Amino acid sequence: MRRYLRLLGIQLRTSFLGLVQYRFDFVVEGALEVFWAITALIPLLVVFGSRESVAGWTFPEALLVTGWFLLLQGILEGAINPSLSSVVDHIRKGTLDFVLLKPADAQFLVSTAQFRPWRATNLLSAAIVFGYAFHLLGRTPSLAGVGAALLLLGASTLLLYSMWILTVSAAFYVVRVDNLTHLFSSIFDAARWPSSVFRGTISFLFTFVVPIALMTTYPALALLGRLSAATLALALGGAVVFSALSRYVWLRSIARYTSASS
Amino acid sequence: MSLGSTVRALPTLLRVGFAEGVAYRAELVVWILSTTMPFIMLALWSAVARDGPVGRFGQTELTAYFLATFVVRQFTGSWISWQINFEIRHGTLSARLLRPVHPAIAYAAESLSIVPIRALAALPVIVLALALGVAGSFPRDPLAWLQWLVAISGAWTLGFLSSFAIGCLAFRIESSLKVMDVWLVLFWVCSGYLVPIELFPQTARTLLDWLPFRYQIGLPVELLTSAHDLAQGWLLIARQWAWVLAFAVLSAALWRAGTRRYAAYGG
Repeated sequence: MRRYLRLLGIQLRTSFLGLVQYRFDFVVEGALEVFWAITALIPLLVVFGSRESVAGWTFPEALLVTGWFLLLQGILEGAINPSLSSVVDHIRKGTLDFVLLKPADAQFLVSTAQFRPWRATNLLSAAIVFGYAFHLLGRTPSLAGVGAALLLLGASTLLLYSMWILTVSAAFYVVRVDNLTHLFSSIFDAARWPSSVFRGTISFLFTFVVPIALMTTYPALALLGRLSAATLALALGGAVVFSALSRYVWLRSIARYTSASS
Repeated sequence: MSLGSTVRALPTLLRVGFAEGVAYRAELVVWILSTTMPFIMLALWSAVARDGPVGRFGQTELTAYFLATFVVRQFTGSWISWQINFEIRHGTLSARLLRPVHPAIAYAAESLSIVPIRALAALPVIVLALALGVAGSFPRDPLAWLQWLVAISGAWTLGFLSSFAIGCLAFRIESSLKVMDVWLVLFWVCSGYLVPIELFPQTARTLLDWLPFRYQIGLPVELLTSAHDLAQGWLLIARQWAWVLAFAVLSAALWRAGTRRYAAYGG
């Protein structure tokens, strides 16, 4: 365990150094963070400019969902997504061999290969959005609500990570998939809206197949004190089952890997 | 690099681009799947319009608008700046520079040759639009269709040239991928891709009219859903082509300055 923590430290440091290498990118990335946060709000402002409530959500309540979206986006793009492109590259070029040869768990190594520390600013924008939403609501969340929301944060991080592992596993079968990150984030973009907006097939898809509802809408409901204990338990259980499944699929896929060239 | 040889090379370039698109079809499918955002926005705006229309947009108008957005996006997307970035950093651009065809033409041919494959993805959506009975919003006047053709070509050229210009920035700043990201963020918000331009407040609309983004998605979509009369349409198209011209000049300048300073890194 200690060894893995130390490894994590080393990986974090190398990705920080790699980041400073492209100085202009580094500066632009900072500006980009602010942009993302603002653009996440613009459609919301336009939508609520014409309506008091949409699909049962008032503006401050929908702001909470957006806040969770920003928070998770920070985690996704700061800690989860960056490694994706590097693994896919490894698989295509056959250099995954070097990772597999290292005396540590391959899944751990590929998942920590790259971080974007800049994305931490997303957490800040999320905090501002939360603060503003509760200011508009004129009350503070209950302690139980915050506890449930934090549990769900853990669950959604686990879910995002598992979905990511499943995507990487797909790269073993369909080789050239550099743009999977784009697909991943474009699906995740739907999470910025309360899930009750979606109906029919899409709603089913976003609750059970790609559990976006669980990631942003449930935590927002928990903060508002509207989430039932049963739903919370189901969500947490679902996340654990999903991550176990993704680990299994990863082990199956890696067994199938044959070095590409060399 | 004479004009005649370039024209003779074009069919081959297009064929090669098409073959590449077919070879990496899985990648192309992923690209298409990642442009499904209009459907999400459609679901959202439908929820908003459930208890009464927004502006002039009722349920039918919204469906027509966002289906049209999906179709237009299939025709106008460009990823050339990622490719230029890659080729500059890996030095593979050198091989391109040696060929007797200007690389910009080659890039344009590659992008253009994918369009038929992506149009395949637009086909079911057009059928869906007909099945949902939103075809009533399509223009009836043949002149309006001609206008749409001009607008969609302008939108494609604008998308390609802006992507190309940003790609050329990589000659100077090592990697312009982040600039492209900023551009894309602006594009999503300001182009009418997420929110129809008409629904923005008046002051914002005036600003958006002057920016290039709405001419990439918003204009062709509006023409396809008959939002403008002919005179107004031509006026907007004139502005669109003014932007095309501006980006053509900018791209040429950036390319010239860039290739002068370019040195291959890799092998």
